[in-house]
Amino acid sequence: MSPGTQYTPYHPKWYRRRMSVWWWLQNRSYVYFVLRELTSVFVGLCALLLLWHLRALVQGPEAHAHFLAQMRRPFFVGLNGVGLLFILFHTITWFNLTPKAMVVRLGGKRVPDWTIAGLNYVAWVLLSVAVAVVLLRG
Amino acid sequence: MPPSVTLAVTRYRPEQESEPTLQTYEVPFRKDWVVLDALNYIKDNLDGSLSFRWSCRMGVCGSCGMMVNGSPKLTCAAFLSDYLPGPIRVEPLNYFPIIRDLVVDMTDFMHKLKKVKPWIIRAQEKPLADGEYLQTPDQLEMYKQFSMCINCMLCYSACPVYGLEQSFIGPAAIALAQRYNLDSRDEAARERLEILSEHDGMWQCTFVGECSKVCPKNVDPAGAIQQLKLVGAVDWFRFLLPWGTR
Ligand code: SF4
Ligand code: FES
Repeated sequence: MSPGTQYTPYHPKWYRRRMSVWWWLQNRSYVYFVLRELTSVFVGLCALLLLWHLRALVQGPEAHAHFLAQMRRPFFVGLNGVGLLFILFHTITWFNLTPKAMVVRLGGKRVPDWTIAGLNYVAWVLLSVAVAVVLLRG
Repeated sequence: MPPSVTLAVTRYRPEQESEPTLQTYEVPFRKDWVVLDALNYIKDNLDGSLSFRWSCRMGVCGSCGMMVNGSPKLTCAAFLSDYLPGPIRVEPLNYFPIIRDLVVDMTDFMHKLKKVKPWIIRAQEKPLADGEYLQTPDQLEMYKQFSMCINCMLCYSACPVYGLEQSFIGPAAIALAQRYNLDSRDEAARERLEILSEHDGMWQCTFVGECSKVCPKNVDPAGAIQQLKLVGAVDWFRFLLPWGTR
């Protein structure tokens, strides 16, 4: 019991249950929650890959070719695939949760949840299109 | 329709045993019975020593919360027919210490609730002669949802953060803090924000979201916590700016 907890002084003998280490398997939301927390590992790994890519680019064509060859190895293809799935899971679950944190009122009425979540998706698509345009032109 | 249904109920008699056990009872099945009716049937007809709390039987008093088949529920609103064929497991609310059978100790919450100052605070009280503090329906709407809490503690029993870190101030206490923060008559939002920004406050929440799912009154404590986090974060960034408040 942590020191912050207070219970009635001189109380009769109460029984405290222990929390199982498998608590997160007890229901579906707990599993989703733990998965969502786990996505941070993959988001971090993908960020590292991106940094590595940048470094290869700066070092010149040879280093870049080496980097690309590395990326074709099944290990990195797999890592990128799994990473993409986790990042999608991360993005979609967080987008769907944004209306909880943001209460926007327009003309005294609360803007419905789907609008707020929807705006995130719209921004996502627009930014992706912008990136695609830059890449395809260059 | 089965003639009867089995309930597996937690028993803990501290003067007799050092650990809780499960005891099974066979009760008649009736379509309009809730788990609380079955418990009362047991108490009246089978075993008068079974202890549990209840009062209103209509989802108002918040005293009949228990784990039914592992989920926190108001037993006066949990129909037997939703748990057929049984057996139905009835246990005391998770994460609270058990006093006896299905009765848990909620003193911890009482301390935490008081800590967030859930009452209207004014910098300067108006003299009585000036009349009431008026409020428009729109202003009422701002906090009404959070004021519906009946302190049933289902949200604490659904919160693994509270289970792992008992010092966490918890969903209902934060929702009730937000209820007063959003009240047009209150002037202590800043004070409460500081209390909630302490180590055991809102930042302990990792947004599992289960509290809002189990809440029988649609209070949405998870929403209250995330809204407060947003306010806290914006406040912190403002503090970084040279022209910031403080
Ligand atoms: S917020 Fe909901 S679940 Fe939590 S104590 Fe209040 S009414 Fe019960
Ligand atoms: S008995 Fe009052 S809420 Fe269930």
